[in-house]
Amino acid sequence: MSGVVEHLVPATAVFPSAPSIRTERGQREVFCGLTGIIWLHRKIQDAFFLVVGSRTCAHLIQSAAGVMIFAEPRFATAIIDDRDLSGIADANDELDRVVNQLLARRPDIRLLFLVGSCPSEVIKLDLSRAALRLSRSFEPQVRIRSWSGSGIETTFTQGEDACLASLVPDMPSLPAEAPTSLLIVGSLADVVEDQFRRLFDALGIDNVGFLPPRNSQELPAIGPQTRYLLAQPFLADCARALEQRGAQHLPSAFPLGAEGTLAWFAAAAALFAVPQERFDAVMAAPTARARAALQPLREQLSGVSIFFFPDSQLELPLARFLSRELDMRLLEVGTPYVHRSHMAPELALLPADTVITEGQHVDNQLDRCRASKPGLVVCGLGLANPLEAEGIATKWSIELVFTPIQGFEQAGDLAELFARPLTRRNRLVV
Amino acid sequence: MQLTVWTYEGPPHVGAMRVATALRDVHYVLHAPQGDTYADLLFTMIERRSARPPVTYTTFQARDLGGDTAELFKSSVRDAYERFKPQALLVGASCTAELIQDDPGGLARTMGLPIPVIPLELPSYQRKENWGAAETFYQLVRALCLPLAPPPGTVREPRSADRRPRCNVLGATALGFRHRDDVREITGLLEQLGIEINVVAPLNAGPSDIRRLGEADFNVVLYPETASPAAQWLQRTFGQPMTRTVPIGVGATRDFIREVAALAGVEIPPALLQGDSRLVWYSRSVDSTYLTGKRVFVFGDATHAVAAARIASEELGFKVVGIGTYSREFARDIREAAARYGVEPLICDDYLQVEAKVAELQPELVLGTQMERHIAKRLGIPCAVISAPVHVQDFPARYAPQMGWEGANVIFDTWVHPLMMGLEEHLLGMFRNDFEFHEGAAPSHLGSTTARSNPTEVVTAPAVVELQSQSGEAAGEPQVQPAASGPTWAADAEKELRKIPFFVRGKAKRNTERYANDQSVAVITVETLYEAKAHYSR
Repeated sequence: MSGVVEHLVPATAVFPSAPSIRTERGQREVFCGLTGIIWLHRKIQDAFFLVVGSRTCAHLIQSAAGVMIFAEPRFATAIIDDRDLSGIADANDELDRVVNQLLARRPDIRLLFLVGSCPSEVIKLDLSRAALRLSRSFEPQVRIRSWSGSGIETTFTQGEDACLASLVPDMPSLPAEAPTSLLIVGSLADVVEDQFRRLFDALGIDNVGFLPPRNSQELPAIGPQTRYLLAQPFLADCARALEQRGAQHLPSAFPLGAEGTLAWFAAAAALFAVPQERFDAVMAAPTARARAALQPLREQLSGVSIFFFPDSQLELPLARFLSRELDMRLLEVGTPYVHRSHMAPELALLPADTVITEGQHVDNQLDRCRASKPGLVVCGLGLANPLEAEGIATKWSIELVFTPIQGFEQAGDLAELFARPLTRRNRLVV
Repeated sequence: MQLTVWTYEGPPHVGAMRVATALRDVHYVLHAPQGDTYADLLFTMIERRSARPPVTYTTFQARDLGGDTAELFKSSVRDAYERFKPQALLVGASCTAELIQDDPGGLARTMGLPIPVIPLELPSYQRKENWGAAETFYQLVRALCLPLAPPPGTVREPRSADRRPRCNVLGATALGFRHRDDVREITGLLEQLGIEINVVAPLNAGPSDIRRLGEADFNVVLYPETASPAAQWLQRTFGQPMTRTVPIGVGATRDFIREVAALAGVEIPPALLQGDSRLVWYSRSVDSTYLTGKRVFVFGDATHAVAAARIASEELGFKVVGIGTYSREFARDIREAAARYGVEPLICDDYLQVEAKVAELQPELVLGTQMERHIAKRLGIPCAVISAPVHVQDFPARYAPQMGWEGANVIFDTWVHPLMMGLEEHLLGMFRNDFEFHEGAAPSHLGSTTARSNPTEVVTAPAVVELQSQSGEAAGEPQVQPAASGPTWAADAEKELRKIPFFVRGKAKRNTERYANDQSVAVITVETLYEAKAHYSR
């Protein structure tokens, strides 16, 4: 008789072979945390995101969204003006007025986030107090919470981290004697979430909650018997808030690629003592599908060198996937921040000589990038066309955040995102 | 504090970036937090520029605020100078850096760089993008040209007869709506007049070109939004007159030629005024008859809106039912234009208010920005884009100016394309219940994907629901419901009303109700409907 599932990846501790991390400072070519609103407002379908900031903030979200696709989006900016700064108008009164105006327009909203920005932080407008004050007028109809997506505090995906952390205190409590429950943390595309639910069901793990929920009224419960499993690698603050509620971290590699997804489910299966046979039976078909989907892409990408500019904190798990499952060569893996313990399982899987750079000095990094003659560069939209014009193939990093890439069924799609720029270049004869 | 869903203009430092990016050999050091680098993608993605904008951001973070952000700024300036070796440096702050008051201009001045350093004071909490572009261009021109200026009061010497007249062409920036092609069209036109182009700026000009601005006889101001302050300063300082006409449309192009010829002191070749724009004949050809009196709503920056209204009214025979702008600085121009067309001006940068106006007016064509394209799409109204804010589609691969003769051709095609073609429109009116030729169908040449207003979408979109409750008949489909105290509609009259083409139905309904009110008719019958029609067509 076979035993229960054990972690495929040893959990914590730094391994002697783990690559070292170099930190650099300088100009950062990254988005601020406000950008997360673009996917968060689609994910939590009854929430509204009100940025309290400047015209720059409004312009950023509008531009980062690329096109104005949604008739009336569930985000807006309360633009601070001279009157608020000079004290002619009381910024808090003004905010109350704007919130009243907004909620009168949008009676369908159940959860309103006041989202802090660089200017609101610098003028020390206390949005958590404002949220508390406004909640008194609007609860239970509308819950009002706050988080900061400011560029001085957050980089790109850290906005989601801050947003999810702000929801943790509202999660219902589970009693200490409740059975062990699993909490999946981090926005996933609905299709991926549904796939994961089906796999958990098949494994016999039915005590699973997802944060964020699709509806703000359906926050999962949490207690000392809750173990949280991160679906996204950028959730440091949210993890801390969950631990304050008694939940414990279930370490794992992230569910990118066949290997990462298998390890991720193995972590959950080990927790619930799923019999090895059952685990193998459930995982066999999707793992085989993922590997089959990766096979032709591995032929194309094998040996191609890749250089990552920092963007979403997805860089380390992606690099692990590309290096181990597609045989790509890692030149430099830039990432905005490395959470040493959340990333430990990933670091353990990366080649020991991987060059990891935390932070950014964009001009120096561009010099290194050009000198390394990469086969493919993963970078933001500000750098992609200029590098292409220099003859360097690029993959927009933002697509990796906006596309369903997690899980077995998406492993092939994820690899294809890296193959497509190369395929296209081969195809063009102009 | 202002609640904003979409903005027409970015912050003023984005305007400064549009100037810096247009120039050669100039670098801009922007004191700004992490995240403000998003602005790079406007240029690399929307305009598909092949180089990064020449901008260095200090990208300070929270931990820097306790320390020395001023030192961070200075080291960024030093590094940018060393790396990019510009011939002039712009320095300034974005909205957040403005609050921490590091004084980038003062700091940079103390560094003793061997190039001109131009400080930009762009108040982010009062001003917007176009103002920022205009101010940046003005400060740059002033800083580089002032040392070369003649003593105040110097009278400009008349041009010697053996030298061709020379002009500068001012205002084109990066990320401008068709600026690249307008410059090509208008410099060609000026050359046909025998006028030499001294400098085009800011687009593709370097500091050494800017220093030569004073050598021209006069300035052609293509875009007052960005070039007016600089051109006015050049007028005061170098005695260079400037053009006032923006050559968008056939009539305006002719006026522009006359104005320029007068400033340059040249004869106009007789053929030139006739121009070679096909708009003139196309508009007179019989198949354009169906354009007559089409109700258009115009919104954009003031220059493009005023020009569009004139073309719509004089050159295509449309009826301007509304005009507006988001540029408050140019509100006067729009008020004057509105008075000419007998409509209320709309001076506002609130997208929702513009949407409400469009819904209320129910025009048959919207000439607007990318925002109005959205509004029009939701309301099921055809739309053509005439002005910034821009979108990747506003940088077409082909040559597509707005100005001059070719600009008029482009405008004719662009504006007429979204409309139902003449006979098609008639058939639509005749066979109202045809199963595939109903009012929800798109014009046949536009394909099924661009189908007109999707009723479900309109109903579920909360903003529109609200608008409907305000105006009673806002979106697409007027609802035949009695106003609180007004007349009610008999069933047969209501049915008859639905046979009226949808694009004039709202107006017919309003007129009929007004007529019924005036005549104290309580129930509107088919008779009332046609009596009202006769009454208002007198």
